[in-house]
Amino acid sequence: MSFITGVGLTPFGKHEGSSSLDLMSKAAQSALDDAGLKRAEIDGILCGYSTVSPHIMLATVFAEHFGIRPSYAHAVQVGGATGLAMTMLAHHLVTSGVCRNVLVVAGENRLTGQSRDALIQALAQVGHPDYEVPLGPTIPAYYGLVATRYMHEYGVTEQDLAEFAVLMRAHACAHPGAQFHDPITVADVMASKPVALPLKLLDCCPVSDGGAAFVISRERTGEAGVHIRGCAQAHTHQHVTAAPALSALGAEISIARAKEAAGLTISDVRYAAIYDSFTITLAMLLEDLGLAGRGEAAARVRSGHFGREGAMPLNTHGGLLSYGHCGVGGAMAHLVEAHLQMTGRAAGRQVRDASIALLHGDGGVLSSHVSMFLERVR
Amino acid sequence: MSERLADWTKGEQAITFQTCGACGHVQYFHRAFCAACGAADPRARRASGRGRVYATSLVCRAATPETRALVPYNILLVDCPEGFRMMAHGENGLAIGDTVTASFKPFAGKLVPFFTKEA
Repeated sequence: MSFITGVGLTPFGKHEGSSSLDLMSKAAQSALDDAGLKRAEIDGILCGYSTVSPHIMLATVFAEHFGIRPSYAHAVQVGGATGLAMTMLAHHLVTSGVCRNVLVVAGENRLTGQSRDALIQALAQVGHPDYEVPLGPTIPAYYGLVATRYMHEYGVTEQDLAEFAVLMRAHACAHPGAQFHDPITVADVMASKPVALPLKLLDCCPVSDGGAAFVISRERTGEAGVHIRGCAQAHTHQHVTAAPALSALGAEISIARAKEAAGLTISDVRYAAIYDSFTITLAMLLEDLGLAGRGEAAARVRSGHFGREGAMPLNTHGGLLSYGHCGVGGAMAHLVEAHLQMTGRAAGRQVRDASIALLHGDGGVLSSHVSMFLERVR
Repeated sequence: MSERLADWTKGEQAITFQTCGACGHVQYFHRAFCAACGAADPRARRASGRGRVYATSLVCRAATPETRALVPYNILLVDCPEGFRMMAHGENGLAIGDTVTASFKPFAGKLVPFFTKEA
């Protein structure tokens, strides 16, 4: 068995003067404190990447800086799926006996450490260098292409997509660490500046500074136990030009494998933590994963299904769309929030029952997927 | 290995693709092998330049000074009858399913395929 024994999360937004290592250290210390573990008890380190401070050996840079001499350490790069991919690897490392306590950590000063243009340009390089990048696409444009096609095939509207931005903002309003606390409406989303149509500014996650970390352990360290029940990946392509049909994307493949690994079905799930880089990402993933029927996710948002009081509370911290997106740490916030919910520590955001959570991450342009089931054990 | 057929990525006014002699797989991204079966030296051919719009996104916020001067520009995914999908530019207002034909335009210092609606 593997347990998530501690979680740490900084507020997202501006951390003027903080480096990526500072933010990683802050989150890591919180996770260690939460687990009740000391540095000497950590024997594995997995870290994400930093676009602001790229390094060929970020895990050992961090280990030296933070003061750990692990027996296993390296960085992992799977775009937005990195956080869950690291968690999956940590799960295998502890269950196979390679490590006892693995620290998973990421953090970046993405907002204050570089210009927005530099970041947008860096991220657009996930496109094909010869066949896509010369056309001047951006990440929103890659997802904009997916959006028009999805809307065409399943009758989804721009207003439908806007519902997800409104929901994530409503959730962020209840979390003091979120980047945005002003409520928005569907009309606000519709009136926001066009970025890559059909996606407008409020359909897109922001750029943030922040950090997140967790500890994955062979044995639980506290009373409340959250264990990784099962997880799986799928990688179908890198470039959107080479993506399969909408009905054959990786989320459906990885969730099928994860259900098999966990011995669970979607009807067992009580809390959902789903990647939401854009409103279209969230809408599609909810439907691909089976948390809503095709073209029906927006209607479920309107009926309150994904709200704190609903049948399937979703990203109660506000998600990437409104808690913020600091790179790898961005989607790790989803797991931190799921852990708080599962251990009854989500304060005013606490949901009734988060005994089983489904987490899903997406990297590239729906290229790399990780699905994971967490279960609370007493 | 046969010589590479120049296409728009090399500044030539052409769209090319490859067909595998062994398994018949069609691929758009040029490689020295077939990505489906691994056979060496798939045959390169010029495409007709016709296609059908699969998806569109009008870029209104660009990331570089060169591309920012050119917004809005419409990015397309186009399905070509030869059996491959490609990314390109196209006239504004194209809809999914439209039948389109390629021409070529300079864009931020490079030649790019530009699709317009077939009359």
